[in-house]
Amino acid sequence: MVQKNRLKRSDFIFIESGEAFQPFQYSVGKEGSRFFTELRDHKKFFGLKCPSCKKVYVPPRKVCGPCFKTMEEWVEVGPMGTLSAFTILRFPFIDPETGEKKPVPYGYAFILLDGASTQFQHFLKVDPDWPPTIGIRVKPVFAENRQGKLSDILHFEAA
Amino acid sequence: MEPVAIIGVGQTVFGSNRKDQTYADLVYEATTAALADAELTIDHIDNIVTASNDFFDGRTISSMAVGDACGAAFGNGKSISTVEGDGSFAALYGFSRILSGSYETTLVIAHSKSSEGDLRLLTNAFFDPLTERSLGLDWVSAAALQARVFLKEKNISNIQCGNVVVKNRASGAKNPKAHVRKPLTIDEALRSPLLSAPLKETDVCPSSDGAAALILAKESFARKKSPHPIWIRGMGLCADAPFGERNLAESKALRLAAQKAYQMAGIDQPTKQIDVVELSEQFSYQELLWMEELNYQNSSRVNLSGGCLSAHAWIVSGLARMIEASLQLRGQASNQAANVKRALAHGQYGLCGQSHSVWVLEN
Amino acid sequence: MKRTAIVGCGQTDHNGNRFDVTGVELIQEAVSRALQDAELTLDDIDGVVIGNMDHFEGINGVELWSISGNGGILKPTIKLTTGGTTGSTLAIGGYHLTASGLFNKLLVIGWEKNSESDTTGAITTAFDPVWDRLVFAGAISGLAVEASAYMRKFGVTEKDAARAVVRDRKHAVKNPHAHLRREVTLDEVLRAPLLSDPIKALDICPRTDGACAVIFANEDYAEKICPKPAWVLGAANRHPYAYLGDVEWYPLKSLDLAAKELYAKLGIKEPLKEINLMELYTPYSFANLSWIEALGLAKPGEGAKLIWDGVTDAGGALPINLSGGVLSTNPIGATGLIRAAECAHQIMGRAGERQAEGVKKALSTGFGGCFWSDILIYGSEKPS
Repeated sequence: MVQKNRLKRSDFIFIESGEAFQPFQYSVGKEGSRFFTELRDHKKFFGLKCPSCKKVYVPPRKVCGPCFKTMEEWVEVGPMGTLSAFTILRFPFIDPETGEKKPVPYGYAFILLDGASTQFQHFLKVDPDWPPTIGIRVKPVFAENRQGKLSDILHFEAA
Repeated sequence: MEPVAIIGVGQTVFGSNRKDQTYADLVYEATTAALADAELTIDHIDNIVTASNDFFDGRTISSMAVGDACGAAFGNGKSISTVEGDGSFAALYGFSRILSGSYETTLVIAHSKSSEGDLRLLTNAFFDPLTERSLGLDWVSAAALQARVFLKEKNISNIQCGNVVVKNRASGAKNPKAHVRKPLTIDEALRSPLLSAPLKETDVCPSSDGAAALILAKESFARKKSPHPIWIRGMGLCADAPFGERNLAESKALRLAAQKAYQMAGIDQPTKQIDVVELSEQFSYQELLWMEELNYQNSSRVNLSGGCLSAHAWIVSGLARMIEASLQLRGQASNQAANVKRALAHGQYGLCGQSHSVWVLEN
Repeated sequence: MKRTAIVGCGQTDHNGNRFDVTGVELIQEAVSRALQDAELTLDDIDGVVIGNMDHFEGINGVELWSISGNGGILKPTIKLTTGGTTGSTLAIGGYHLTASGLFNKLLVIGWEKNSESDTTGAITTAFDPVWDRLVFAGAISGLAVEASAYMRKFGVTEKDAARAVVRDRKHAVKNPHAHLRREVTLDEVLRAPLLSDPIKALDICPRTDGACAVIFANEDYAEKICPKPAWVLGAANRHPYAYLGDVEWYPLKSLDLAAKELYAKLGIKEPLKEINLMELYTPYSFANLSWIEALGLAKPGEGAKLIWDGVTDAGGALPINLSGGVLSTNPIGATGLIRAAECAHQIMGRAGERQAEGVKKALSTGFGGCFWSDILIYGSEKPS
């Protein structure tokens, strides 16, 4: 039989982990580094093309999973794309990147950049006068000060 | 038990900071090396077991990043699972997947890039958050406590520990995959600065970036396809009580794991019957402690690869030991012994070797 | 190679915050109940397999940290972890390890104490730190995107999805282990606050503290331990995709491929007729429509019809989630294993008030990672 807890929450002691966190320096690898360099320096998107199935992967990575082939052919994709799926985030949660509550609401989009076979994820600018629908054309808005990371793009918006 | 064979092995070079590679890249390198070694292609592999650790990789479900790189998505995809722990534990699960009759060929792959995180914090997270963590313990200070009690109880000198370092570093110098390839004199070992008494810098293994892959196959497949099958004759796995709740001067878990493996392989005089031993010694004293629990006395036949004191990637190490033992049995090791017919490989995980695996392999 | 079965299961009192116990004690609660169910003691067990998601509790090496509660001291102890699929991956592991003959009686444990961290924050760390984390917002955001694509493709409505919530929550009332045991109406589901379009508060699973332990035994022991063991007939899985952007939105490809592989292996042609009961890891309402299409129960876009027709309700031709499913209880690392335990108890005839009649074949799934799926099928008859 399932029994209810007889003691109240206030009867128990809790220990907080405090500000403890694990700092990391993530490697982006050769392929990722090229992508972010192009994005930072030229506001361009690049993917890698599989020699076997011809799919163009963004983010670029060394190997096409389904073919298990090394990819070496760079292809420029975007910057325009098509909205392939999206949602609007409305609930608050702790952003593990900052430790702060992430500001909501925000549009969360999967974008098929022109010429790419996989979707690129980013923020979607949501305008009350412009309700997004799957299939619309979108374009990136870049940050002034780009550092070679995903936030070099501020968001995507209707083209 | 039906025989299962190791039919392919692959390792990356182990290094201190492979910045140019993501850990998925390391996995791809080791996987393709193992396939080439087995003279197979990815379509011969019918299932995969990966080994990883979310803390060391700095993300939850870190295995997600390596699926494509180890061939799990090939064609219509393959059945895959992930062990968190030493790579040799993943090998046990891979081994059982073949024995279960569900699969014929298992790829076992392990990776880690501890250079990306802070090892002191990562290993501090092994301790209980309520009772131990705030004491600031990490893997080295915990081992220092173990070294202290073991050395005292067995009356072992600094020089004996130093000799282990000298021996393994000399072997590591011959191993092109090793991380530390510089031999060392006993004087240098003894004069090395203290890290956490009684452990000196040279008593501690490096923490390397790297990956290793092993291909296991059922007997019929191995006999037909493999140019150099190595047979698994015995295996044992055993875990002990937590760090603060056991006698650190001994390892009952390793003793039991060895008993099980010896029993399966029909071994009653390990020193006589086993030609080479590859041990997971994160610290010099551990080689002496593990040898004692394995009841193996011939130190000149231990860690001919250079052991963990020459190359040690977390999660990968036990699998690397199985690979080095297999290479000895194939006559292809960097520091080859003569007439190797039976080898032992050992993996460990947790603080001060809380959990151990023992493998007996034959050619 | 040995036939293998589930011979005992134990679940904790799952709820939103088990502040009355530590993680180790929570694990122990499930273990002792499983041992009791199988009428075994820890001495009978020859190995332990455990899983959870490390960053949810912030403990590295959980299998070794919790060893005093998980029963693994001086035994082989293995940790398996694959994210949301952890629980089903554990069940598949239990099956392989006992079928190998290396283990005869194996204790398999899944657990999570979600209350100890911010679940959405923790799930977000599951995705690539460089490429995915900036915009990703935990399980809800990925699922909301899947739902939006499914609705768009087939004209499925929020009301269709709500009907599946009503079903699972009604079933949960009869499950003493369920976390949420209050029935909800269609209206309540439709009027719940919007979290991430089109997912509302009642469309999504809760955050639960809980553990589940399952004992697997091979043919040398199973029938001696349990009069009606739940034989494992087979398992399959697919864990594709390295980044979320690689996901193809319909059908759930991992489940489609894993189900096809397992059905072919077991000679199952019409799952709707040949399987008597399912426990599905459907963490949100729309999954109960779309993913049963991947399982071959309905044609593309027609999953909702099966739900409205009551086929999957208690007493229907193929009851789904008689436990109340994941929409009622979700201790993540345990969730997939609870599905296995519920199928097993149904076959053993130990499902209490939620017992279905004549369960000969049951199916459980696991879901997680990057739209990954695991699947197992169990039978009341010892396989030949």
